This record gives sequence, C-alpha cells and structure tokens, in this order.
Amino acid sequence: MKAYGVAAGLAATASLFYSTSAFAVTEISWWHAMTGANNEVVETLSKEFNESQSEYKVVPVFKGTYPEALNAGIAAFRAKQAPDIIQVFDAGTGVMMGAEEAMKPVADILSMGGKPFDKSQYLGGIVSYYSKPDGTMLSFPYNSSSPILYYNKDVFQKAGLDAENPPKTWAEVWDAAKKIKTSGAANCGFTSTWLTWIQTENFAAWNNQQYGTNENGIAGTDVELKINAPVFVKHFQDLADLAKDGTFKYGGRTSEAKQLFLSGECGIMTESSGGLGDVVKSGMNYGTGSLPYEQGVEGAPQNTIPGGASLWVFAGKSDEQYKGIAAFFEFLSQTKIQSRLHQVSGYLPVTLAAYEDTKASGFYEKNPAREIPIKQMMGKAPTENSKGVRLVNLPQVRDIMNEEFEKMLAGQQTAQQALDSAVERGNKAIQEALGN
Amino acid sequence: MSPRVVFPNKVLPYLLVAPQLAITLIFFYWPASQAVYQSTLREDPFGLNSKFVWFDNFKRVLSDPGYLNSLQVTAVFSVSTAFVSMAVALLLAVMADKVIKGRGLYRTLMIWPYAVAPAIAGMLWLFLFSPSIGSLAIGLRSLGIRWDPLLNGTDAMILVVSAAAWKQISYNFLFFVAGLQAIPKALIEAAAIDGARETKRFWTIIFPLLAPTTFFLLVVNTVYALFDTFGIIHAVTGGGPGRSTETLVYKVYSDGALNQLMGVSAAQSVILMVIVIALTAVQFRYVERKVHYG
Repeated sequence: MKAYGVAAGLAATASLFYSTSAFAVTEISWWHAMTGANNEVVETLSKEFNESQSEYKVVPVFKGTYPEALNAGIAAFRAKQAPDIIQVFDAGTGVMMGAEEAMKPVADILSMGGKPFDKSQYLGGIVSYYSKPDGTMLSFPYNSSSPILYYNKDVFQKAGLDAENPPKTWAEVWDAAKKIKTSGAANCGFTSTWLTWIQTENFAAWNNQQYGTNENGIAGTDVELKINAPVFVKHFQDLADLAKDGTFKYGGRTSEAKQLFLSGECGIMTESSGGLGDVVKSGMNYGTGSLPYEQGVEGAPQNTIPGGASLWVFAGKSDEQYKGIAAFFEFLSQTKIQSRLHQVSGYLPVTLAAYEDTKASGFYEKNPAREIPIKQMMGKAPTENSKGVRLVNLPQVRDIMNEEFEKMLAGQQTAQQALDSAVERGNKAIQEALGN
Repeated sequence: MSPRVVFPNKVLPYLLVAPQLAITLIFFYWPASQAVYQSTLREDPFGLNSKFVWFDNFKRVLSDPGYLNSLQVTAVFSVSTAFVSMAVALLLAVMADKVIKGRGLYRTLMIWPYAVAPAIAGMLWLFLFSPSIGSLAIGLRSLGIRWDPLLNGTDAMILVVSAAAWKQISYNFLFFVAGLQAIPKALIEAAAIDGARETKRFWTIIFPLLAPTTFFLLVVNTVYALFDTFGIIHAVTGGGPGRSTETLVYKVYSDGALNQLMGVSAAQSVILMVIVIALTAVQFRYVERKVHYG
C-alpha cells in the first residue's frame, strides 16, 4: 500500500516537473492576505494575466492575515526563500522601508518593462504614501482603501431614524447608536473594525490633529506620539462610556467587528471601504456615508489617509523575473482592470484614468458609496497631519494601543490613562526599534 | 543495581543509538544553540544588520513588566489546565470503570477529542462561547452572567483553559482507565466487606494506587499546558484582551514573530529552556520519590 503511494507521488512530482520545464514559463510567486470576496479578485486577476500571455505565470499564495503575511515574508527572506511579490499592509510600510537592501523599488521594476515609468498617472495621495522622501515609488499600490461609515437601513427604520441620512459627526453617531439600542432595533448601536487605524490614525488625519511628531513619521523616523491630546481623550472616553451598556460593542483588533455588523447585531459600523464586497455579498439593506468627524474641531473634516496594502518586490531575483513582474504591474495598471477592481471590490482606483473612466460611465450616480473614499482622500490637499502615519514598528505600536484600548473598554482604566500609557509605551518601543 | 547488558560487538551499540542521537542533535541541540546565539544579538527584522550585545536582551526581558505578567499568566493557566483536565478525566474514568454494558463504546467516544487539532479545538470553543452567536454564551447570558471573553480577562482565561483542558481529557482518561484496571479487584472487595464506603475506598485505596499514573500524567499535562497550547491561545484570544492570556510561549511568538524583536524573543526562549530543565529535574528528583510504584 505504502509503496504504491510513494510511487504515485513520485510520478506526480515527476510529471509536474516535466510540464513546467517543457513550457519554460517563469513563475512569479505572489504572497497575499486577501480573504472572502477580495481573495476571489486576486485569483481572477492572476488567472487573467496568465491567460493573457504565455511567458510568465503568477502564482498567488494566501498567507493569512496582513500581519501574518508580512511576518511570513520576513521569515522567508531570512531563510533566503523570499517570494517575488508580497502584499504588505499600510502599517508595514515603515517596516519595509527600513529594509531597503532587501527590496527592489517598484519604480525601477516598472522601467525594466520597457516603458518609462510615469508617476503622474497614479493618484498622488496614494503614491506619495508609498514613496521615499525623495519621491522614488517603492511599492505598487494594489488595494488602497479608506475607512467609511456603513449602516443597516432596516435597523435605522425600526429605530425611527432617517435611513437616507447617515450621521455625519461622532456626536450624531452616538445619538443614533443610543436610539438603536434603546428602541431595541438591534442589540448594539455601533461597532468599529481596527480601532487603531480608524479611530486613531484616521481620526487624527480627518480632524487635522497631530498623531506624532515629524509629520507622523513621513518626514523622519524619529517620532514622538501625540495621541493623548484632549480631542483623542474625549473621543475614546465616549467610546468607553458607550461600551458600558453595550451601545458600542468591541469586535477585536482587526476586522472581526465586521461580523457583528453583517449578523445584524450592530446597526452602524466604521470599516474600510474595502469591506464593501462582503457587505454586498451578505445581501443586507445597507447604506454608506463618510467617516464621521468631530464637530467643532478646526479644519475638520480634512482628509483621510490611505490604508489597505501595496505590493513589494524582493531584491536579488533574476532579470527575467523582474520583467515578468513589470508585465504584471503593467497589466494591473490598465484602465479597464483598475476600473473593474474599483467597482467590484470597493478599493480605490490606483490610476487617475481609471477614476475618470468610472466617473464617465455613470457608475457613481448609481453607486455613490464607491466615490466616498476617493472624495475623502482627495477632497483637500493634505496637511502635515494628514499625509499618513509611518513608523518603523507601527504593527507593534498598534498592538500596544490595542492592549490599552481593551483594558479601557473592560472598564479597568479611563481613556486618559489608556492613551497616556499607550503614548509612553509606544514612544519607548519606537526608540528601541530605532536602536536608541 | 540492575544487571548490565553487555554487547559483544563494540561498534553495534553506537550504531544503534546513532539515529536517535542524530535526531536530537539536529532537532534539539542545533536550534537551541541558535537560540542562545541569537539571544546575544540585536538585529533589525530582516537580519541585515546585527550587533553583539552580551546579555542586554536578558536584562531587557527581565525588567519588562509584561514579562512578569506573562509569568503569572502561565502559572495560572498551566495549573488550572493540568488540574481541570486530570480531575475531569479521573472522574470519567472511575465512572466508565463501573459501566458493564457498552463499556467499549463509552471509552471510544471519550478518546475521540484527542484526535482534534489544537487550533480546531480552540475554534470550537471560540464558537460555543462567542458572545453574540455562541450557544453556550447565550445560555450564560440568560443566566444573567455578563460573558465577554473579548474584553474580560478572566472570561478569556476560562475559555482557553476549558479548550486546553478539554483536549487533554481523553489522553488522561485513557491512562486512568488503564491504571484502574491494574488495581486488584480483591483489594477493593475486601475493603467493601470491611464496610468501607465508596468514597472511602476511592481515597484510601484507588487514589494512592493510581499515584504512578497520576504522577506521569502530571508531568505530561504540565508540559502540555506549557508548550502545546500555543495553537489554542493563538486561535482563541491571541494573548488578549490586554495581555491577560499571554503565556510565556505566546510572548516568545508575539515578540519574535509579530513585533520582530528577534534578540528579545530568543532571550525569552533561552529562559524558557532553563525553566523546563529545572522543572523536569525537580519533578523527577522530589516528586517521583514519594510515588510508590507497585
């Protein structure tokens, strides 16, 4: 029995070996962290690219959540087994930039494809986030998103709220959430995914508040956190107070809260615009609105910052592989691909042409929700506070904040205490990561 | 002294132990020495630059309040897991021993959970106790208990201990059943004739005679709780909320793999190694002596 199995296995391996070598296709491995509807998009794109030409074959491999995919990539690099392309989430950008020798700038790769690289055809705000201070684009913005507001229209109607007018400020959100809870329209009024990315980083940018010194780390790596300023304390104390009776419900550190919204448990949610695919799939009667802002704060609403992820290419690969990667990125940049990606997934288009194309097709008139994140991000020229957040160890700093938020929501400490200790521990961790 | 076995051949014995030695060298000594080496370095995540820092990483670990917290968490977690899984298993084994009809079926059913992978066991309990959709959580809520393992550290600890203990019950059950069968029936019958009731018989005859099994299981369960429960914690709580379920092993992972602090993480695994060596030595030297092997 066993011998047969081994023989069959050998035969299978052998045939696999022959089939790949016979065509001499250059394989390009792509590690990613997309699940659900977004994973289907990755599979479809790879398949379409592979069918569009015969020289290269993109092989997508799912590597877990965003942080897990990043760690898998780092571990693979240390073991000299790095993939060709890796999808790294926004928070990992600083980590990747700290390892310049390990990466090949995407700007160089795109010019290897034969065509000179023209940065101006990409959306400015997104490209600058993924570029070095000198302007070299380091990674390819694959899926850019921005947090927006989702609400359950059925729950709104049951609670006697205006289902066509989503709340615009945080104070309005709290009122609506309380009404949902007290009327019994749903078990919980409001939930949010990513308290770090949405309620801290984007909260700062959208309300034009400083997150950290040195333009939140965009201008330099030595950053001191500033998130214990009064406006943050007020916002988090509001959340902590609402958590006491379950008007606000905590879902988890990343996007777990989406389940609370999709299951009808919570009536309002702030989530990445990239989560739209799953909301649509659930068949819920949903509505969307801009990310709420803090009323009375000068300059609010300003602009939100890019989230999502970009594609990084490891250094030390063959020219043949780089040519293949360039071809794949060219393929992804095509207007028709970008327009479709944007319209299907809720992620932002990466090129201006794709945005104009979608606009001209009348898509936004039918689906106003899809234009919200673009308008949020492009509405105003960014200030020092709203270009983005970049720390050498942002994932670690986010975890520190998550721990403090959890203790706060469990009633063990106030918002002031939580944010003070997040700042103190975060600053210490940043200094340690910088080697000071 | 047991009689020595003498091999006539000088080479053969070494040859026979060679495979085991090779495995130990490759899978234990080599990675362990790597960890010791890494614990004296300070590196960036990608390993592009590294600096020799002597014992700086150990100093940082031992002065970190988070580390002391995880030491405490580990103690609570291991003791509870070992105790719960062994107590429940012993109870079930004693009960199953009394069943006459369908004994085999009962036993087979009891052993099943052992075949479940840790992460899956974790997910199972996570679903059962998930605050909004879990069936057991809804039950708790209707009893007026505010159950929230996402934010309440004690609830989270109960959840991971339940999952970890549940998975180990089968294994313990199997050994307890075997141990019970080895106890001569005549002893128990004699005690019964002398008028000893069931509880008395259990504590004065059965329990002491089970001591070798119990001791063996104590070692196995402690080691299990310390090192084999990573999957469950990872799947259920991820060390949270706050850091209330972050055991020593989980902290090695979160500092090393999530936060990319390689040196600090390596220093922690070296400390862990020392703890294990000490623990095993103590267990065999002092606890084992008191156990009397029939």
